[in-house]
Amino acid sequence: MVLTVRDLAVTRGGLAILEGVSFDLSAGEALVLRGPNGIGKTTLLRSVAGLQPPEGGTVTRAEDQIAYAAHSNGLKAMLSVTENLKFWASVFGLSDIEPALEAFDLKELRNRMAGTLSAGQKRRLGLARLMVTGRPIWVLDEPTVSLDVASVALFAEAVRRHLQGGGSALMATHIDLGLDEARVLDLTPFKAAPRTRQMDEAFL
Amino acid sequence: MKALLIRDLMLAIRAGGGFGLGLAFFLIVTVLVPFGVGPQTELLSRIAPGILWIGALLACLLSLDRILALDWEDGSLDLLATAPLPMEGIVSIKALAHWITTGLPLVLAAPVLGVLLSLPVPAYQWVVISLAVGTPALSVIGTFGAALTVGLKRGGLLMSLLVLPLYVPTLIFGAEVARRGAEGLTVQTPLLLLAGISFGVIALLPFASAAVLRINLR
Repeated sequence: MVLTVRDLAVTRGGLAILEGVSFDLSAGEALVLRGPNGIGKTTLLRSVAGLQPPEGGTVTRAEDQIAYAAHSNGLKAMLSVTENLKFWASVFGLSDIEPALEAFDLKELRNRMAGTLSAGQKRRLGLARLMVTGRPIWVLDEPTVSLDVASVALFAEAVRRHLQGGGSALMATHIDLGLDEARVLDLTPFKAAPRTRQMDEAFL
Repeated sequence: MKALLIRDLMLAIRAGGGFGLGLAFFLIVTVLVPFGVGPQTELLSRIAPGILWIGALLACLLSLDRILALDWEDGSLDLLATAPLPMEGIVSIKALAHWITTGLPLVLAAPVLGVLLSLPVPAYQWVVISLAVGTPALSVIGTFGAALTVGLKRGGLLMSLLVLPLYVPTLIFGAEVARRGAEGLTVQTPLLLLAGISFGVIALLPFASAAVLRINLR
């Protein structure tokens, strides 16, 4: 198991939204989270990525294994495509960005400023960033937003190659990626019972 | 970490970056003060060290909310938090980049602008030295303020209110070095205190900034 989640409970804005979530993720495996808007997919992923401490339960993972991709791409408008990717590559201690450019069909855009790209192209660049992290667990929050059919296929292909290379992926998405090997976990049954939490956070 | 510094410097220099903002403000203040005070060279040269210090301080303050807010808005702060860089390192590099793009130009511009304020000749070196020693503290304290207010709507106002009192000791000792230098007195004590503040905040505040940033990212 590269990632084990047991009895996870998460809160958003002081309200409990999910509780009792448990799943395992092993190498070469993909898990797709489903559920209606507001169920807590993003919050769950942020907890798994370590950005937000869980309210209860445990997330077991090795240190420095997770590459996280959120709704926003984290791109700098005034840097070119290559410069953006190079920056993230060197933050993660890598240098080769060619495979990432190739996989997401960004070669022709490489010298364009990221600010001048279309929404879909920005998204592709944001996803290409995952490939330059060199990390085995991809945690993806709505990765296919604003991607067209061809780009979704490029993305699915990248995920498939990542899985074949021994990586794993945890993603929240509504569309079918055509990944046969992906398991689906519906979060609806884990919706937390409505209750108010002790409001002490503001004073800590 | 080097990549982060290079990226921040590159972003500051490119169109729409923060480079020059503080410098332009500093220039405006020092050009306008003589007009406001009137043709009294003696009065002007007496207040010149203080005016230069206040100008530098406000110029620093002007660009503080850009330190972390821009990265927070486009999501790169979240991604940096999951990267293998320690948060303390990230905030230190951010402060360093802010100092290089804001503090350092102010230090270099101060002697030139001192002419406009008819700064006494012996004061030039002490103004430059005191700014060089003091402005790193301004950047580091400012980064702490930026970390406290990142993610807040209109956080800039709150940040100014939080940061200004913390700037007061630096201002007092920095201006005191320049003033005593201008009058030919010994500057050792205020200079040592100023350096003490700078080294103290450089050593301690990154930990505080990193801690509040972690809380703010939740």
